[in-house]
Amino acid sequence: MQGYSLLSLARNAISHHEGWQKAWRSPELKAEYDVVVVGGGGHGLATAYYLAKEHGFKNIAVVEAGWIGGGNTGRNTTVVRSNYLFPQSAEFYDFSLKLFEEMSSELNFNVMLRQAGMVTLLHSRHDVEVMRRNLNAMHMNGVDSVWLDAGEVADIASGINMSADARYPIKGGILQKRGGVARHDGVAWGYARAADALGVDIIQQCAVTGFDIKNGNVCGVRTQKGNIKTKKVAVAVAGHSGVLAEMAGFRLPITSMALQACVSQPLKPVFDAVVLSPAAGVYISQSDKGEMVMGGGLDMYPSYAQRGNVHTLEQVIAGVVELFPNLSRVKLMRQWAGIVDIVHDSSPIIGHTPVAGMYINCGFGTGGFKATPAGGFTLAHTVAHDKPHKLNEAFSLKRFETGAFIDEMGAAGISH
Amino acid sequence: MLKISCPWCFERSEEEFVFGGPSHLARPNNNDEISDKKWAEYLFMRDNVKGVSLERWGHVHGCGQWFNMARDSVSHKIHFTYKMGEQPPKNWQSICGGDDE
Repeated sequence: MQGYSLLSLARNAISHHEGWQKAWRSPELKAEYDVVVVGGGGHGLATAYYLAKEHGFKNIAVVEAGWIGGGNTGRNTTVVRSNYLFPQSAEFYDFSLKLFEEMSSELNFNVMLRQAGMVTLLHSRHDVEVMRRNLNAMHMNGVDSVWLDAGEVADIASGINMSADARYPIKGGILQKRGGVARHDGVAWGYARAADALGVDIIQQCAVTGFDIKNGNVCGVRTQKGNIKTKKVAVAVAGHSGVLAEMAGFRLPITSMALQACVSQPLKPVFDAVVLSPAAGVYISQSDKGEMVMGGGLDMYPSYAQRGNVHTLEQVIAGVVELFPNLSRVKLMRQWAGIVDIVHDSSPIIGHTPVAGMYINCGFGTGGFKATPAGGFTLAHTVAHDKPHKLNEAFSLKRFETGAFIDEMGAAGISH
Repeated sequence: MLKISCPWCFERSEEEFVFGGPSHLARPNNNDEISDKKWAEYLFMRDNVKGVSLERWGHVHGCGQWFNMARDSVSHKIHFTYKMGEQPPKNWQSICGGDDE
């Protein structure tokens, strides 16, 4: 792998930047692999990377139906944070945030992590009471978070409507300083390049059409580009998890729905932090290019369409304009949707499936991007050892039988 | 924006309705002997169909009635609606453009 550094930049500048190699190969699909990872999003690529790096697997394929990072990895609003309520989630997501903090040097790829903080707005006495409790829970779980009074919120979220008769009056907020944004494409590309350097074959435009299963054990994967013999399969396909599960003959506690986001035209710097208002049902941040990045709740019915409805978008925009009246004349530039995998307790499923040798990472719903490194790390561990890592033990499919749910509906306040 | 034909109120805007899960799920009635696995199957496991399936919808901001709908989760096309307690036509999958799920 050609390393990226100031020196290599200077060296390539002399040759007019014509000497750069491709960041990853486009190899032919082989007939047999030790592990086949289905899904070339952030989670799948991270799984392949950690399988190669931490567990010494030499013969891994990542098969992707479209192009890498083209699904939810490229459609999210790039927020990273770990301010969850329950200890299992806090430990998992905080580990993920730590991996994000090391990622650029680990992968030798700038993922443009910007830890400018994430503010959750409180608009009523009840918000204040509930979040006091949540803040204490975060401190008990060792997650950094601080209390903000209304004035401090106004300093961070400049332009926010502080008037006394605002629809959403500002009563305070909580701030996770380590929260922020990272470049989502960069995360996919960084993992892809680093995994490729460790010998992982990344096969794009190669949809899986079925699985070969004998006596309850997986023994092959059928794809558009040919059949693959393998004893281990790791599935990380978010919204299409149900489709893949059906091919393998089992069902999941997942409903696939569309989640929208949108960006405005680029503006000069407005504010640095990510601002979330559970009551208004919106969150907003500003990208490095200056666009205001906005999102909200789900389109609340099953969909595989990767597009959302106008009235859901209208609700998001209405919430943003209530909070930031100075943005009311700003033009929207793009709007899109991704298909997310919604689970009853808003927590992921990482671990074994009813088919031996087949493992799954799904159910992140509206919040999968921030979990990309930890999702890959724990799935790789589970595949390599045939048993879960300490961090994903609680997130097994079995919890739907035992009732040991981790109900994180309150974590973001927005249907997740 | 979907236009949904409530069997009671006829065509109304999507914003008046709420999705309420898959239709025709039968609640197991042998509570004493049913296994946790079977119970979880009923409560949580979903077909999550990519294509046409039968869904329950409620006209919550209208007449308040629940009803069933055959809808495509890829094109969002609504094929037909029918009242609670009724069954879909036997050949509903071919009516909706074949068995493509």
